[in-house]
Amino acid sequence: MFDINVNLILGQMVLGLVNGVFYAILSLGLAIIFGLLGVINFAHGVFFMLGAFGAYMLGETLGIGYWGALVLVPLMVGILGIGTEKVLIRHLYKIEHLYGLLLTLGLALAAEGAIRIFFGPQGLPYRIPAELRGGINLGFMVLPYYRAWVVGIGIAVCLIAWVLIERTALGARLRAATDNPDLVQAFGINVPRLRTFTYGVGVALAAFGGVLAAPMAAVEPAMGTNIVIVAFAVVVIGGMGSIMGAIITGLGLGLLEGLAKAILPQASTTVIFVAMVIVLILRPRGLMGKMA
Amino acid sequence: MTETTSTVAPTTEGARFLGFTGPRALAYLLFVAVICFAPMVLYPVFLMKVYCFIIFACAYNLLLGYTGLMSFGHAAFFGAGAYLCGHAAARWGLPFELAILTGTATAALMGLVFGWIAIRRQGLYFAMITLALSQMVYFIAMQASFTGGEDGIQNVPRGSILGLVDLNSDQAMYWTTAVIVLLVLALYNRIIHSPFGQVLRAVRNNAERTSSLGFPVDRFKLMAFVISAALSGFAASLKVVIFGIATLTDVSMFVSTEVVLINLVGGIGTIFGPVVGGFIILLMEHFLAPYGPWLMLVQGIVFTLFVLVFRQGIVGELQKLLRTRL
Repeated sequence: MFDINVNLILGQMVLGLVNGVFYAILSLGLAIIFGLLGVINFAHGVFFMLGAFGAYMLGETLGIGYWGALVLVPLMVGILGIGTEKVLIRHLYKIEHLYGLLLTLGLALAAEGAIRIFFGPQGLPYRIPAELRGGINLGFMVLPYYRAWVVGIGIAVCLIAWVLIERTALGARLRAATDNPDLVQAFGINVPRLRTFTYGVGVALAAFGGVLAAPMAAVEPAMGTNIVIVAFAVVVIGGMGSIMGAIITGLGLGLLEGLAKAILPQASTTVIFVAMVIVLILRPRGLMGKMA
Repeated sequence: MTETTSTVAPTTEGARFLGFTGPRALAYLLFVAVICFAPMVLYPVFLMKVYCFIIFACAYNLLLGYTGLMSFGHAAFFGAGAYLCGHAAARWGLPFELAILTGTATAALMGLVFGWIAIRRQGLYFAMITLALSQMVYFIAMQASFTGGEDGIQNVPRGSILGLVDLNSDQAMYWTTAVIVLLVLALYNRIIHSPFGQVLRAVRNNAERTSSLGFPVDRFKLMAFVISAALSGFAASLKVVIFGIATLTDVSMFVSTEVVLINLVGGIGTIFGPVVGGFIILLMEHFLAPYGPWLMLVQGIVFTLFVLVFRQGIVGELQKLLRTRL
């Protein structure tokens, strides 16, 4: 059962880190939206999926390749998110939080249904850009350049988001409004607009993840469903307190999952949830969170 | 979700039936009439499925509508109940009653463990935790050998009630299910209007104040959670006996979503919401199922529409219109 093979473990942990990057990007967006809007964005997985489909469509219809999609798709999905917040979600801030969850769940179902109607349930192919084909031999495994790129750019984007939130004036407003929206509003800062902007950025991050995932996994309607539930677990484990918490927890859980794949493959799908249970029992507020 | 404790005072006037008073007694009798005449219009097997989901929705509403706990993982209890009941009947050869008891008890036990873990956090965290736990159960069900993977547990025998009434005829099964759903609805109404139910609503309305009055809030939450899980497992067990099969669908997120939708459309925090919502959502599903993804699209639109416009659900809106409580 426990077959210790160092090369296998290292290889799976590198692959786990790739998954971890997606967990980090998604849970980062979830955490800032949850913090400021008080909404669990159930549609987060659908925006991730739309990112991948957006990249596919840009390629098929306009001939825009991967690099163009990497910039354009998050912008387009971000605008879609801003529209969604302005037209639908903002009506629910004053009532119980539960309705925000139900609304985004409804939107997620409707969007996934619509995508299935147009594209069918099967996966669509998306090619790895020419510059990133091939791989490098690390000694214990052959690492495809594309996966190395995903890890690099993913971590870079997370760090940029961290700097923006923790080290800029805009980020300071965001953190202040998360803490006490009424007081910040009284200082003359437009909190509703800040919320709209936050939602847009959060879902743009998800779409960015979707474009990154498109060449690695089949582009298919259900691709966001499982990953977003894991991202929920990451938010629970990491706690809401810090942005860095979400990033580190996401990456760490990816590594843990990779480790499980190498040592005990049957447990690889459940190990993150087991970790969540253990954290909840030992430290209910989350690893780095304040009590909510 | 607006019912206040003042309405609990028992009224002696008006109609009274199995613990239902006034307009609710009339609504209950109307439901009895629907149960009697519906088989003339719709397939009994389909109606039995509706009744199972009404029981499931009652279990869910007890938690969401009357205790204020938003679980997003009731598929775990539904699925566990389904698998264990199927396993007990098909492989252990347990009779009808004991198979259903096995499914119910399994779900209750699981509710105790999951509830103990999840009530450490509140509000939206509670929803995320229950969702993650049920996803874990889904993956376990997918890999474990006793669940039969993609095939599920098939050929679950219906058996008979105490060896007297043979349930293999759809007619006998239909009337058995009908009596069960009516009894469960009465039990559900009884729980909500008992002193215990009063405490649950107090917890929903103001947990701190309830706690300051000396009630152990977490213990009441856990009790509600276990009752809800047990009743969910019971509904699933009944469904497995009726259809003779337990599958991965029973433990999938689809089931958790469906039970929320039934309550949202019917009316969260109303007695008859699960009944009305159960009929509407399952009929919708029945007629749209052949069109595949359109069902998902329509469900999503219904969800969105009810959240934005008819948050009280159909029974909730009816209550406002008739100025009564249903």
